[in-house]
Amino acid sequence: MNDAAVFRSGITLAVIAAICTALVAVTYQLTEARIAANEQAWLERSLQPALSGLFYDSGVTESKLIVPPPHELPGSEAAIIYRVYAADAPVAALFVVSARDGYAGPIRLLVGIDVNGVVSGVRVLEHRETPGLGDRVESTKSDWVRQFNGRSLVDPKPVAWSIKRDGGQFDQLTGASVTPRAIIKALRETLLYFDANKDTIFALAAVEAAKEEEMQ
Amino acid sequence: MTESGIVERFKSGLWRDNPGLVQLLGLCPLLAVTSTFVNGLGLGIATLAVLIASNALVSATRRWIRPEIRIPIYVLIIASLVTCIELVFKAWFPSLDRSLGIFIPLIVTNCAIVARAEVFASRNPVGSSMLDGFVMGSGFALLLMAIGIFRELVGQGSLFSSMDMLFGGEPSRGLVLADGGWLLAMLPPGAFFSLALAIAAKNGIDQRRRENRQSIMPGRAHRASK
Repeated sequence: MNDAAVFRSGITLAVIAAICTALVAVTYQLTEARIAANEQAWLERSLQPALSGLFYDSGVTESKLIVPPPHELPGSEAAIIYRVYAADAPVAALFVVSARDGYAGPIRLLVGIDVNGVVSGVRVLEHRETPGLGDRVESTKSDWVRQFNGRSLVDPKPVAWSIKRDGGQFDQLTGASVTPRAIIKALRETLLYFDANKDTIFALAAVEAAKEEEMQ
Repeated sequence: MTESGIVERFKSGLWRDNPGLVQLLGLCPLLAVTSTFVNGLGLGIATLAVLIASNALVSATRRWIRPEIRIPIYVLIIASLVTCIELVFKAWFPSLDRSLGIFIPLIVTNCAIVARAEVFASRNPVGSSMLDGFVMGSGFALLLMAIGIFRELVGQGSLFSSMDMLFGGEPSRGLVLADGGWLLAMLPPGAFFSLALAIAAKNGIDQRRRENRQSIMPGRAHRASK
């Protein structure tokens, strides 16, 4: 291959690279707004199930708190709290926390607790539990996760917040007890945290966008 | 291209030289995502789109591509197309994108696409290259869907669950035929078993056809087998 041929190959490569980059850039421009809207909508929608039966008029994601570790909530990474209001009065707090002792790594949970300390909804956001066994904690696979709605630290008492096999009040899943045990433990810890810090949680100022970026 | 030539291409892509079933290309996505029908369909459509577009681009630029630099150019073209498809999925099918996750960007590593660029598109005009991409991509997508249906049915006892990820609407569990199923089919080994069954079925059908032909026209088959 002589110099001229090398030069020509280089030019060809450069031109094709430029065309491909332009293609990606144009597609990005066309989809950017839609993708951002989707992400926001997905977040709002994924938080809805934790607010069942509650009335609120604030945006769900507007009032966000980030609790950096170490904290008393379950999970070793930062926990997120979304506060929800109706006419400026607190309605509920949504916690995004991690149950550390799942069967295969941490289980990311969304826990909604209303201002009276009653659970308004629980959803599993992310997990790596065994398909067909532990993954029945997903709301689309079974109703297991819905049994917590309306429960609080009064009903049942904190000691009974465990699966029936451990002497508690909640159903386990056939063939999988590690996953439910981990989730219920995380729920109990979250409820206890809410009980102890309720006033502070609703009094704190929301994280501002700029500050949030700094923390991440 | 004549009509019989097109029919021949379809026979080749969908059956005789099926990229997944016969050439065993693109096994990584094939095995990883086919736990349900909708996942198979989604990845099938994405692969099909990339294959048609990459064949078209490679064929359109084939005059300027010197043999020494063809591979980096194929990689460049395929990678940009996959990025575009990923963005399109994120914008219009966000939940399917979430469900397929890393396997959409990983279409880049599907050897079936480079193979078609190298074997076909670099030597043929744009029109027939696109047809080739369509036929080969459909062969691959149909295999993904078939394995998806089989694994979902055996492993989960349902059909067409979560179709809302592709078509919108309320989340659905699809046609639930049984509560739970044989778990193994959903796990990675089930993917290997399903593919093996699919290949065995294809070979079985091929063999039966050969035997039938032999019994009808013994003379011709005898000559052909020599």
